[in-house]
Amino acid sequence: MTSNMDDEIRRIVGAHGHLSSDVGTVSDRQDLFHAGMTSHANVNVMLALEDVFDIEFPEEMLRRSTFQSLAAIGDAISILLSERMSA
Amino acid sequence: MTTPAETIGIGASSDTAFVEFRHELFAAGLLHPTSVDGVYGKSAAYERIVEGVLASVTRLGVGRFEAVHFPPVLARSTFDRTGYLSSFPDLMGSLHVFEGNDRAHTELVRRYEADGDWSEILKPAEVVVCSAACHALYPLCTGRLPEAGRWFEIQGYCFRHEPSPDPTRMQTFRMHELVCVGDPDMAVTHRDSGLADGLRMLRDLGLEMDAVPANDPFFGRLGTILANTQLEEALKIEGVTPIYPTEKPTAIMSANYAQDHFGSSFSIETASGNVAHSSCVAFGIDRITLALLHAHGLDPYRWPPEVTDRLWR
Repeated sequence: MTSNMDDEIRRIVGAHGHLSSDVGTVSDRQDLFHAGMTSHANVNVMLALEDVFDIEFPEEMLRRSTFQSLAAIGDAISILLSERMSA
Repeated sequence: MTTPAETIGIGASSDTAFVEFRHELFAAGLLHPTSVDGVYGKSAAYERIVEGVLASVTRLGVGRFEAVHFPPVLARSTFDRTGYLSSFPDLMGSLHVFEGNDRAHTELVRRYEADGDWSEILKPAEVVVCSAACHALYPLCTGRLPEAGRWFEIQGYCFRHEPSPDPTRMQTFRMHELVCVGDPDMAVTHRDSGLADGLRMLRDLGLEMDAVPANDPFFGRLGTILANTQLEEALKIEGVTPIYPTEKPTAIMSANYAQDHFGSSFSIETASGNVAHSSCVAFGIDRITLALLHAHGLDPYRWPPEVTDRLWR
């Protein structure tokens, strides 16, 4: 993932993820649900990611594992952006 | 991922099967129609079966569970804490009442007489209709639980706004639940043992039962994530029985592990000070009644004695 994307994802998770600690202290692979993100906060994160990156998570990606960590979110967005580039 | 409509298999052919079964129930005088789908009057014979099913569930928990019967309405403040609005906004029902003065009353009647929207004059009441029989229970558990947790047998009416010609999908129906609030081990053990007990009880009543992993009909895209999580973590198992030959079997009971959802929403702690977990084993009393009518015929007084002896012992 690019550092710009990384920063943007981190900002969005910090703003919408309702984490119990500062997002700056969360590592890329740390479990966001263990860090306090609820299912409903997950959706707010998802909607913000869709707005900022101009993407839409398809049905098959609407599962907990897609949003489990900052790295997992980055992987998912990379896939969606590359699909858009090749479309 | 299937949509709720696909899960229950609504389509042209199933509509026919639903309407036929419902027509048979009407013709036998067991159910009486109203002007909306999913709301029915019930005969004395139907209610006699209901009583037998309720008693059968009670026998599963006698001596171990504290019985509490709740009315069909729930404090709005309690409803707001259940999270139901976020997950199932399309199924809930809110009660609204008139609290205005003479001038507002005049406007109310004027709109009624002009076929206008008089409901705009109403205000939300302090109660909503119950979505799940166990919701009223959790405020009673706020605070610290005893070492052994708390165990309840709950009865109540539920409302879900999903009008359908399928008589097993009523808008108001009775739920009978066995609920455990305690530590995670207690909740999971209760979910699994209650499921086994429930399936055995229903098989003993002559129903062909199967247990399948299931998800609740959560709303929207959030619902897809929640439903997938529920399936991945095997939190919900339904006891299903065949009613319609071309459809998936119908769920007539479910065993649900809510994890710490209600424990955290209602500030319930275990004896050791951790957030409490909960599980419930829920019996859809009207659906079980209809499954019995389907399995054994529409005259319960001619059912096999091995069924009636158990039901009305």
